[in-house]
Amino acid sequence: MKLSQTESSMLAGKEGRATQKCMEILVALGEIYGADRLIPVSSAQVSGVSYKNLGDAGIEFLDELAVDGRARVKSTLNPAGMDLSSWKEQRINEEFARKQLEVIGAYTRLGLEPACTCTPYLAGNLPAFSEHIAWSESSAVVYANSVLGARTNREGGPSALAASLTGRTPYYGYHLDEGRTPTLRVEVSALLESPEDFSAMGYYVGKVARNGVPYFRGVESAGLEDLKTLSAALASSGGVAMFHMEGITPEANMAPKQSMDSLSFDSGDLRNARETLSDSGQPDFIAVGCPHCSLTELATIAQRLKGRTLKRELWVCCSRAVKELADKTGYSRTIEASGARLACDTCMVVAPIESMGFTVVATNSAKACHYLRNNGLRVRFLPLEKCLEEAM
Amino acid sequence: MKLVGRVIYRGNAEGKALVTSQPLSFYGGVDPATGKIVEKGHELAGESIVGRILVFPNGKGSTVGSYILYRLRSSGLAPAAIINRECETIVAVGAIISSIPCVDKIELGKIAPGVRVSIDGALVQL
Repeated sequence: MKLSQTESSMLAGKEGRATQKCMEILVALGEIYGADRLIPVSSAQVSGVSYKNLGDAGIEFLDELAVDGRARVKSTLNPAGMDLSSWKEQRINEEFARKQLEVIGAYTRLGLEPACTCTPYLAGNLPAFSEHIAWSESSAVVYANSVLGARTNREGGPSALAASLTGRTPYYGYHLDEGRTPTLRVEVSALLESPEDFSAMGYYVGKVARNGVPYFRGVESAGLEDLKTLSAALASSGGVAMFHMEGITPEANMAPKQSMDSLSFDSGDLRNARETLSDSGQPDFIAVGCPHCSLTELATIAQRLKGRTLKRELWVCCSRAVKELADKTGYSRTIEASGARLACDTCMVVAPIESMGFTVVATNSAKACHYLRNNGLRVRFLPLEKCLEEAM
Repeated sequence: MKLVGRVIYRGNAEGKALVTSQPLSFYGGVDPATGKIVEKGHELAGESIVGRILVFPNGKGSTVGSYILYRLRSSGLAPAAIINRECETIVAVGAIISSIPCVDKIELGKIAPGVRVSIDGALVQL
């Protein structure tokens, strides 16, 4: 790989230890994936924030970088293991909370914004078409590549952090035109009526597409919430980093239509996809907002919960940025008056739900079903409306 | 026997080979408190990676696995070195941040389980 003079001196340690360690990471990855050089990035989004996953060694590593490291581009954090302000009400134990705040402290010293969301594009980190970025939240990677037309590989937490602290990433994969070529045509004849339908479809297609690039045909319209949950599902059952949707996503027209494998998705497949996502059992915990809710979703939820009193624990997960808008529009008050919890900075997947005594979770997200099952919980995949009814 | 691979993280190490033909996930697959492989159904389940020359084709699973390697290193439970057929992001980043010597592009079939292995940069000697 060819490095510029500046990059070589960064690698030699002339700009400090943190920069050097980060360059070592980027150069090694560049060599592994056959990049010929590094390119500048304008934005980073960094996962590896929940103390549940990082542990004490993760804190140690971040503290070490924070000695002389500093973000060089716009950088936001993924969700943490708790709501950073109302963790006590969330019944998080003090030891966990103290450690989680240490993690956030280290990242903040490094100059990353504690947006703590999987939807940075709803919280001020919104790259433009064809911008090179380095993001590591898998659902946001798919959304950025597919819907925004920005360019990122599926980074891991440390490699996105390395991009943040150096302003660079190796030039390969989804940064190149050829990496963005569709590999699997998906002929959709199922009627998609809600974001949950898009979510189930994403889970089904992700399994088949694996690391490929699905090209959806036959979808008449898709809104932000549909595309957000589709992105998340595609990235959880498979290793998808990008999709195209004819007539909807910006690069669908430019994509070469060479011969590719084909898959159909009809109403029977939709029904099957929904069923395979559900276990049995009465839910004792209901969680929506995977990925984090938009203001539109909070409006719908507030409308449904208005004047109701909930019988079961309901978490509505969103970014603090979106919650502040919901505070001003009154949605937050309505939602919380029902007994539901607006959980900011975190979500049902990265918070330690499994150690809080819950066993069956109802959610409207295929991604959440996938990861909650991995955490040892049983799940029910239901439309938003039904999730809210379960809580009442 | 001498084998030459590609350096992912340069260093010297020596130890007994712990070999598998199955990919390995550090997140969920290795217990950071003991250094033992705990992935259900893995052919090395129950084996300790502490101080071994860990030989496996490639990493898999969550990228949080990189931090698990760092945790193992901090508590003295890391492998002495890692040899892969084809290194990927999780293992590469984990080895670099934890300063664990790591080499890939090695024909793993040539390394018998339990044999003494020494590593010096790209050079692997049995």
